Amino acid sequence: MRFLRRWKFRILIFFAVIGPGFITANVDNDAGGIYTYSLAGARYGYSLLWTLIPITIVLAVVQEMSARLGAVTGKGLADLIREEFGFRITFLMMVALTLANLANVMGEFAGVASSLQIFGISKYLSVPAVAVFVWLLVVRGTYKTVEKVFLVACSFYVCYIFSGIMARPDWLVAAESMFRPGLRLESGHLTMLVGVMGATVAPWMQFYLQSAIVEKGVERRHYAGSKLEVLVGCIASTLVAFFIVVACAATLYLNGRRDIADGADAALALRPLAGEYASALFALGLFNASVFAASILPLATAYSVCEGLGFEAGVNKKFREAPVFYWLYTSLIVLGAGLILIPGIPLVQVSYLSQVANGFLLPFVLIFMLLLINRADLMGEYTNSWGYNLVARATVAALVLLTLALVGLSLF
Amino acid sequence: MLYLTEILELPVYDVSGKKIGRVAELAAASAAQPPRVAQFLLKDGKDKPPLSVSLEDVSSVSADRVRLRISGERVHAFQPDDSLLFLRKDLLDQQIIDVNGRKVVRVNDLSFDEKVADSHPELRIHAVDIGLGGAVRRLLSGVVPKPWLRKIETRLKQSAIPWEYVDLLESDPLRRVKLNISHKVLAKMHPADLADIVEELAPKDRHAIFTALDSATAADALSEVDPQMQVSIVESLVDSLDTARAAEIVDEMAPDAAADLLADLSEETISGLLHDMPREEAEELGELLEFAENSAGGLMTTDHIALPAEATVGDARNLLVGLPELPENFNTVFLVDDVGRFLGSVPLARFVVASPQQKLVDLKAEPLMRVSAEAPERDAIELVDKYNLLALPVVNELDRLVGVITVDDIVSLLRKKG
Repeated sequence: MRFLRRWKFRILIFFAVIGPGFITANVDNDAGGIYTYSLAGARYGYSLLWTLIPITIVLAVVQEMSARLGAVTGKGLADLIREEFGFRITFLMMVALTLANLANVMGEFAGVASSLQIFGISKYLSVPAVAVFVWLLVVRGTYKTVEKVFLVACSFYVCYIFSGIMARPDWLVAAESMFRPGLRLESGHLTMLVGVMGATVAPWMQFYLQSAIVEKGVERRHYAGSKLEVLVGCIASTLVAFFIVVACAATLYLNGRRDIADGADAALALRPLAGEYASALFALGLFNASVFAASILPLATAYSVCEGLGFEAGVNKKFREAPVFYWLYTSLIVLGAGLILIPGIPLVQVSYLSQVANGFLLPFVLIFMLLLINRADLMGEYTNSWGYNLVARATVAALVLLTLALVGLSLF
Repeated sequence: MLYLTEILELPVYDVSGKKIGRVAELAAASAAQPPRVAQFLLKDGKDKPPLSVSLEDVSSVSADRVRLRISGERVHAFQPDDSLLFLRKDLLDQQIIDVNGRKVVRVNDLSFDEKVADSHPELRIHAVDIGLGGAVRRLLSGVVPKPWLRKIETRLKQSAIPWEYVDLLESDPLRRVKLNISHKVLAKMHPADLADIVEELAPKDRHAIFTALDSATAADALSEVDPQMQVSIVESLVDSLDTARAAEIVDEMAPDAAADLLADLSEETISGLLHDMPREEAEELGELLEFAENSAGGLMTTDHIALPAEATVGDARNLLVGLPELPENFNTVFLVDDVGRFLGSVPLARFVVASPQQKLVDLKAEPLMRVSAEAPERDAIELVDKYNLLALPVVNELDRLVGVITVDDIVSLLRKKG
């Protein structure tokens, strides 16, 4: 009996820690992510592959910082920003985060609309239906049971790995592109860089991951396990990104289809694996990813905002107890889904631009994280090492420069 | 009424009208209740150490400036003092416990009662602002002219907690003593409410509360906390070399709750805790731990009252009156023979209407209901449901009474499963 209990204990710790990083990494490859990587491959072939190495490093560093902040302080990122920087700064940050996340929610519903369009289901039917489903799922508290279904369905991403290989890409060119950075001072190219960055290291993920770590009760002493899990999640996440780009480059780009207008275009990348079923496969995978992220994003946003501004939050509270929380949560879904119903709205473009918005917001989130994590009074011996600071600061600088360059290009 | 955020950043002028800095912080003496502001800390330029002005040297605090009654040369550098409560650093934007509303809230602002005493202003903390009014003041002050701001604020819903219902969180134990924070008010709360509050706090603050509360209250609250968090609270007490404290709390818990908690701890922690507990309780818990978690034995508590079958109602009443403490959710008396074999259950309600001479055996419930300690918990649930029991006796392989499963355990179990 004792033996059994010890085992149970071990397994409990393992699961307590395996959760947040892994889930975050999977949600990261949402509709916006899939479309952004697809566009990167379709428009620029293999030439953007080099970005994935620095981005993986940045992702791992940033996610680890989030996890560490959560485990050491026991507080969410919004909480910490509020406690250390005051109300006004928190308010501005939360407004920016809400807007960027609204764009992301739109991106997810665009994913829902475009995936089910492949099966001939009108967006006027699919989007409201999914919006209601997501709202109920979370408010009724059944989310946790469905989460496992989403996670299992995420194995869809493996299809891109097989398809990428079966498309017989030019591995030599691909490998060469991995290590040959190329930068063109042209707004489409620079926007794509920001988009890929924002798709991989999304600002809302940092808030979400840190809160999840706190909620799971991962503390200093279990922290080593968390660190490993975050790293594995990051590598899995960018591996998928790599194969999406390769699959799209080897199919769409090589065949001269340099743009993706709808889901059916993007599905062509899966043709080497699935043949005529490529569209169906892509549609199902995209649908799952979109609904998965759509059920996390509005909720995570509402939690962060209420945490930071001091409103009561939680799905276990009644509407009367936490009105701001429920209003915000509901409005994000209603607005996010509602805007997608505008006739003729370019779905793929909406998804892609939401990731670019993430890229613009990311440096500000990183600055706060850096300021917080380097404070000895908060973090004790767990402040950043110089290597971490270097990577994070370089990322901030790179993103700010990219943003300025884009502003410059659009002005002149 | 003055607000903290209206005073912060005000320019400070000395008696000759020379500007000597800005208000950077308000320090209050925490010995008095409610705390009285004792000093203004001033900053003049970024890197200089803060100056300190005692409130006795202030002649007035107005909407746009603070005037001193002394000259700038007599203002000295601030001497750190642990017994001072720093209103900006310790309170503003931090979390506190609203004892009346039974929840954790974030401080948007503080309001002061303003009085003139000995021709200098006296500021006492009046209430903690947690509402929209404070939020809008924080957001718009300096952006919108002050009179407008006041007008906007009056239209918003005000929400403030009077200082007497505020419980401060301070994770440093030494400072907690110096600041006179006792968490005594928390002990008056229902354990379930206290548990809800504790679940919302950061681990450090959680730890602080569990070290400060008396062990009976701590035990009651701990039993109501989510099981995973129970483990982390006890582990953090043990880790901070406070095993004795943890053992005290576990000892005060109902044996079944304590056993469930121990089952999730590491072997090393368990033996440490049991070692620090009174021997009898430790042995009892050790026995409970031997039962599989999802068996009737794992569900039961050993805390029960058993009497010889030949006793009368009068005997039983005398015995109960003499007990220092009744078991939790006590509703049934059990009958046993001289070797402890189970003979029957007498619901407490039957005592009320019986005469003192009546034999307990004649009052026992029929049919005789019991469950084996090794039986799966499912069996216990079925029996309780089918026969509408409030308490189900648990026996060992020799049919000796070893414990009882009460209906509240069944309710928690079903909720956890469903």
